[in-house]
Amino acid sequence: MQIPYTVATRPDTGLFNAKLGVWLFLASEVMLFGALFSSYILLRVGAPTWPHGYDLLNVPLATFNTVVLITSSITMVMAWASLMMKDFKKYRIYMGSTFLLGVVFLIVKGFEYGGKFSHGIFPSESTFYAIYFTLTGLHGLHVIGGMIVNAYFWGSGSKMWKSEPERFTNRVEVAGLYWHFVDLVWIFLFPALYLL
Amino acid sequence: MEQSHPVDIKKHVRTYIAVFVALLALTIVTVAVSYWHLPITYAVIVALIIATIKGSLVASYFMHLISERKLIYLTLIITFAFFLVLMVLPVLTVSDKIVN
Repeated sequence: MQIPYTVATRPDTGLFNAKLGVWLFLASEVMLFGALFSSYILLRVGAPTWPHGYDLLNVPLATFNTVVLITSSITMVMAWASLMMKDFKKYRIYMGSTFLLGVVFLIVKGFEYGGKFSHGIFPSESTFYAIYFTLTGLHGLHVIGGMIVNAYFWGSGSKMWKSEPERFTNRVEVAGLYWHFVDLVWIFLFPALYLL
Repeated sequence: MEQSHPVDIKKHVRTYIAVFVALLALTIVTVAVSYWHLPITYAVIVALIIATIKGSLVASYFMHLISERKLIYLTLIITFAFFLVLMVLPVLTVSDKIVN
């Protein structure tokens, strides 16, 4: 049996199924990160003292990583736009760039974590570091998850472009929704942890 | 966005680049402000305002929320309401302080 409404819009929702599915998933993700943000506020407001992120963390490195993620968002949306313009070659370049920018983000994050670990700083160091590692760690896992999906759509998954181009374009669009969401979470994590 | 034509997409691309530039500029602003070491209340307000603008730009243009179907708006309105509840929970603990 074929999966229904992969290209055509469902009459009652006005959407193709994958888009509604991914948005519902993202709604659950908002609650997941929301719960952790709420915990962060609770811990910070309840603590007698709380360090400034900029005194403990590397702001220039995190700023660089913010630029990397924002750039990966534009390459992701350009990958989709290239498919809409039927330019598969450009799609491969943009999607490949999105993946590589994810790699750069993780390498920088690795340096940050490595720097802390080499000084004997682990989540057990303080409440600040506990929430810092939890939030950035969960976000990092989301980046890895997105990279796996993007790598698949760049590689073997892109064969669908020849057989079902519209369905493939829709797949890339919803993969993009997830990727932008990961960027969006970082946009809030960055000031909350590093700049305040 | 399903009915977009190649010509429309070219227009969209220009918007995407403008959004990208705005996001970069706002990143510089938020980092620059943090170097002023404002009192924490003001620092939080400024950081949240800038992050919200950046987040809205990503959601509106990169995630196409500016022209989406009603059902997605409905889903997100409900999500946002529950998200607000989560954010308000810590405030409730402050208002319910145990004295002695």
